[in-house]
Amino acid sequence: MPLRSDIKKVMVIGSGPIVIGQAAEFDYAGTQACRALKEEGLEVVLVNSNPATIMTDSAMADKIYIEPLTIDVLKKIIIKEKPDSVLSTLGGQTGLTLSMQLYKDGFLDEQNVNLLGANCETIDKAEDRQMFKDTMEKIGEPVIPSKVVTDLQSALDFAEIIGYPVIVRPAFTLGGSGGGIAYDVEQLKVICEGGLRLSPITQVLIEKCISGWKEIEFEVMRDKKGNVITVCSMENFDPVGVHTGDSIVIAPCVTLSDKEYQMLRTAALNIISELKVEGGCNCQFALHPTSFEYAVIEVNPRVSRSSALASKATGYPIAKVASKIAIGYTLDEIKNAVTGNTYACFEPALDYVVVKFPKWPFDKFVYAKKTLGTQMKATGEVMAIGVNFESAMMKAVRGIELGFDTLNMEKLKSKSAQEIEELLYNCDNERSFVVFEAIKRGISYDKIYEITKIDKWFLAKLKNLADMEEKLKMSELGDTVYLEAKKLGFMDKTIEEISGQKIKNKRYASFKMVDTCAAEFPASTPYFYSTFDEDNEALPFIKEDKKRVLVFGSGPIRIGQGIEFDYSAVHCVWALKNAGYEAVIINNNPETVSTDFDTGDRLYFDPLTKEDVMSVIQTEKPYGVVVAFGGQTAIKLTEFLDKNGVKILGTSAKSIDEAEDREKFDELLEKCQIKRPVGSTVFTTDEALLVAHRIEYPVLLRPSYVLGGHNMIIAHSDEDIMQYMEIILQTKNDNPILIDKYLMGMEVEVDAICDGEDILIPGIMEHIERAGVHSGDSISVYPPQHIKQEIIDKITDYTYRLSKELKVCGLVNIQYVIYQNEVYVIEVNPRSSRTVPYISKVTGIPIVDLALRCSIGEKLKDMGYGAGLYKKSDYIAVKVPVFSFEKLHDADIHLGPEMKSTGEVLGIAKTFDEAILKGLIAAGYTMKKQGGVFISVRDSDKAECLEIARKFDKLGFEIYATIKTAMYLSKTIKNIKTIPKISEAKYNPITLIESGKVDYVISTSKKGRLPARDSVKIRRKAVEHGIPCLTSIDTANALADCLGKTTEIKNVYDINEIF
Amino acid sequence: MAIYLTLENGMVFEGKSFGAAHDTMGEIVFTTGMTGYLETLTDPSYFGQIVLQTFPLIGNYGVIPSDFESSKSHIKAYIVKEWCQYPSNFRSEGDIDTFLKNQGIVGIYDIDTRLITKIIRENGVMNGIISTKKPDEDIINSLKEYTIKDAVKNVTLNKTEDYGDGKYNVVLMDFGYKKNILRELVKYGCTVHVVPAFTSAEEIMAMKPDGIMLSNGPGDPAENTLIVEQLKKLIGYNIPTFGICLGHQLLALANGAVTKKLKYGHRGGNQPVKDILKDRVYITSQNHGYAVVGDSLPGDVGIVSHINVNDNTCEGIKYKNIPAFSVQFHPEASAGPLDTEYLFEEFINLIEGGAHKCH
Repeated sequence: MPLRSDIKKVMVIGSGPIVIGQAAEFDYAGTQACRALKEEGLEVVLVNSNPATIMTDSAMADKIYIEPLTIDVLKKIIIKEKPDSVLSTLGGQTGLTLSMQLYKDGFLDEQNVNLLGANCETIDKAEDRQMFKDTMEKIGEPVIPSKVVTDLQSALDFAEIIGYPVIVRPAFTLGGSGGGIAYDVEQLKVICEGGLRLSPITQVLIEKCISGWKEIEFEVMRDKKGNVITVCSMENFDPVGVHTGDSIVIAPCVTLSDKEYQMLRTAALNIISELKVEGGCNCQFALHPTSFEYAVIEVNPRVSRSSALASKATGYPIAKVASKIAIGYTLDEIKNAVTGNTYACFEPALDYVVVKFPKWPFDKFVYAKKTLGTQMKATGEVMAIGVNFESAMMKAVRGIELGFDTLNMEKLKSKSAQEIEELLYNCDNERSFVVFEAIKRGISYDKIYEITKIDKWFLAKLKNLADMEEKLKMSELGDTVYLEAKKLGFMDKTIEEISGQKIKNKRYASFKMVDTCAAEFPASTPYFYSTFDEDNEALPFIKEDKKRVLVFGSGPIRIGQGIEFDYSAVHCVWALKNAGYEAVIINNNPETVSTDFDTGDRLYFDPLTKEDVMSVIQTEKPYGVVVAFGGQTAIKLTEFLDKNGVKILGTSAKSIDEAEDREKFDELLEKCQIKRPVGSTVFTTDEALLVAHRIEYPVLLRPSYVLGGHNMIIAHSDEDIMQYMEIILQTKNDNPILIDKYLMGMEVEVDAICDGEDILIPGIMEHIERAGVHSGDSISVYPPQHIKQEIIDKITDYTYRLSKELKVCGLVNIQYVIYQNEVYVIEVNPRSSRTVPYISKVTGIPIVDLALRCSIGEKLKDMGYGAGLYKKSDYIAVKVPVFSFEKLHDADIHLGPEMKSTGEVLGIAKTFDEAILKGLIAAGYTMKKQGGVFISVRDSDKAECLEIARKFDKLGFEIYATIKTAMYLSKTIKNIKTIPKISEAKYNPITLIESGKVDYVISTSKKGRLPARDSVKIRRKAVEHGIPCLTSIDTANALADCLGKTTEIKNVYDINEIF
Repeated sequence: MAIYLTLENGMVFEGKSFGAAHDTMGEIVFTTGMTGYLETLTDPSYFGQIVLQTFPLIGNYGVIPSDFESSKSHIKAYIVKEWCQYPSNFRSEGDIDTFLKNQGIVGIYDIDTRLITKIIRENGVMNGIISTKKPDEDIINSLKEYTIKDAVKNVTLNKTEDYGDGKYNVVLMDFGYKKNILRELVKYGCTVHVVPAFTSAEEIMAMKPDGIMLSNGPGDPAENTLIVEQLKKLIGYNIPTFGICLGHQLLALANGAVTKKLKYGHRGGNQPVKDILKDRVYITSQNHGYAVVGDSLPGDVGIVSHINVNDNTCEGIKYKNIPAFSVQFHPEASAGPLDTEYLFEEFINLIEGGAHKCH
């Protein structure tokens, strides 16, 4: 049956901000969904609070609401827009949970709105632990012994029966938030209490621990006729015990015989049939390594991170097909878009293997616990495709941007075999590297398997890589050995390093196609990966009728380089296509829209290293490349490409270097007569101290060439500098350290487009938090609310001068600080920035499109948006950062110069008050009119904090404070409740937070980071209890102001109508 | 050791040798199954063929004799991208290199299997030769002459074998049957007499069968005129009959339909087949190079009940004149999806229905 005739207008609910466990994959899914619906002539209403997404783009839907994802707001939008249907399964857990609430409230029925994609019973059967168990038992699918509990005692009792270790899984939380493995009573108490608290329905599952079994996943689809298919099977390198989001994953399964494979495939199909899912579904199984015993771990009846991976791994567009099913089509009616002449009702056959490798944020959170368990910690991932496991693994490892070319980890070299063996017991982010080292040291497969339970198949494959290293060392580097090494995924650079010999006849990679069918049918969608076979399947697709341009993606999602860069890369592709070019993409992130099979004219799914990129360039022979939209990952390639004669479109390599090289940058500023905070470059601790004394504390320290403020601190004393330099000098780093005077003023950010002559500034953003808090972690307001016109004029003028002098041709992002009425430049980045999507959406200026056109020679004056500072919008837009601290144990949440947020939301309204209210609500702040606030701040913040405390006091909040803070506040405010230090009394900040009396915590400290410090413990406790914890006085002040006004959202706006 | 694969069109590929090492000729076919190489290696339907695996990593879970579909491998040679030297599975008893050596089957690896697949896809099935030296023109010319002859004769049993002790008395005509057909019948409560392909209708009827199962098998169906003659006679007895693959084709021939050779066949575990009567699509396991021409089936004899979703070829027939149905795919799976196993149940129902008629 085709399209249901009762569907005309569909509301799609997105997944909100990027957090650990719910990332760009839902933008990819949502974007595919919107396109699939529009293709059918349906009107699409989209709601998502995340402005960095492509799905919230005007081209994607007819009506777009960048509004908080709350029930109240959704109801308002439904009443206003009157959609006839809501699509629930494309917006991750967030979208699904909200849809279910709307349905269960009776609101959807009341408004005559259909629920598409999943029915309530299906969701309950999959998500409610007890119903899930009952359902599985009914159809004879084994589950792990488990019990649903709602209190701690029942958990302890059940654990006694089934025996430790046990796994705690909270119901309805993202990425397994609050879960964990408990090995004894004490651990169970801690984990279970946390889990109960985080579960919105105060429910956790206590389950027999089966860690060590193989973890297998199936992505399955079903339509309303009952047709069922499996899209992809996946096997986890790390066995059960490590969250699949934190596991290295290989697709398809490799260690299962057909009998085992079909057993689990059939189980997956039985499950989806029983649940009556209409769309996509993910089934996770545990399989005993030495028998046919298995258990169903989990079922997700919606698109997920795994389905995004499965889509990219096979070429099968799960989200698109799921959307078509939701509106009435059946699998046999939907065309396979990759081949163009077969149908969606088939199972992809792969003739390659895929390896997914997670990207963890531990470089940002050095003190966070790096242990991997049931709580997902990765912010992103890369996928690599190879004709063998070894090459896919090698591509994945170099693609993850840890600075690794192989699985060799330098610091393990000095360890003894005994130490390596001990390290195998640590199940953490470095385990795969330790395993590789263990293999090289000759530790037996049996031993490694016994400790890690990683299948020996994988160990043997890793051994092949170790053997090849030996072969390279021992033999003459002839063509045969060279080719063998290339086929296993070694890079030229590594081959020469390991062998100590020069390669005689260098080869570039050729490319094979991902076609869903292992070449059984011709395919029309050019999606490629590199190999070292002779046949190059990309060549026939390269025609000379159009100029080809290569666009670099931004690699894995990480803190500081997120989905915003994918937004820009995708828009760059669209702009190129519009301008009559062929746009070719290279990227290795399976979660993104840029790697969707039909975004670019051709897609190369390969790492973004110099060598991998050069192979693509050899095949494509492009007219030029665009580096400005792929974040630092792409920018890093500029100099190399330029030297190799590749044409860089837009701002030149020389200009990019000028902006990043401190000395050249200083010269530039001098020429423009623009000030920046005084500072210098240093290489040693002594030099740093000297400079610090000259310019006076506080000073800002950071390595040059970084993004997201990596390893950036504010030093207040010699001690701070010595500590910092010691850490930073340990890492092998040829780049100097930058040391600047820290100016505590208002930070202002500008994105501008320049064509070499004119500039266009779509908008200026002011930050709520003063300089010192990373711009990515600041609340950012457009248009500025507190800046005088003369300063705005000055900023506009500076931006013009800098862009012109730097010869920017395309985009530039400039950060300023306004200190004592003077404008200082902090940073100039001649590339796309995190704020581009947000400013594009609120100003209506297609920033990437204009910038790209500038870089291919068009002029701003011909584009119809004028020049200079663009007119202010009538609307205020407030961007609020979102963090994933609850996922990262022991990480200090104190904001500082190093970026920590994983995502962002936007509040748009006609007044500043409503805009910030929306932003805060969308970011997850609960807005309380009364309750308690706990304050503990460093001395330098006490005076300002008094004002904030007064505001809370006036609202009627109970104010709690630590001794010194209380003493200070008591001078002005009565009834401050003094709380002793953690070590000093039973009733202390920790117990206070646990008591539930506190609704907000304001905590700042001079030092932080170390998990043992009281201040860090207090902040962690607040995070664990889901209590907003403010670590910047400015954020706290903004929140207090907001609470003092209305806390109800009154208006919702379609952003297509606000310009 | 370097060895060569030469195609009928003269193209030569260099690869490395594994398994047995001698020169061998055959018809090259590719299968897209990602698991199930053991079942493929031991499926008698591959008689006379050089089998290419499109999935690049073969032998991952080693050699598991209990998964074999017949007692030996009938293929001429095996083409893989990479074979696994260190298989891992709790049931594994060895690696496939040793297995192929023991079976005397030539293997070639480290060769661009995808490229060869594309060539076969574009040009249709081709003969090929695997040799230690590059073959001369005479050999390439002789390649064109190669055809698979007497395929069924080469793989069928010499004498009847009996299995199971069930309620239903079923004769399984062995045209090169896969063991899992037998296992399924026994599982569904049948006593099974596996009879050689050239058993006469009378001999079969003497066994008083409640049902007749026509097995899969290799080669060109039209070559089997003697068997088709016997099937024509069997039709007259009105015994519930179920045909699979070659069995399906032979029953169609006996009922007046014709078969044709497909350009490159269907081989793998992901073929979508639509059951027209049920309006449902099932993912099936397939291995065939020929198909029944749906239109050639006389209208009063039966209807095409199943079609392939990809190319609309005939995948199943429901007969009107006799209590019989047949499918082109493999409901017994092994390797491949178990989604159509229910057809064995339908066969039993058919037998039950037939039994009612008799009593």
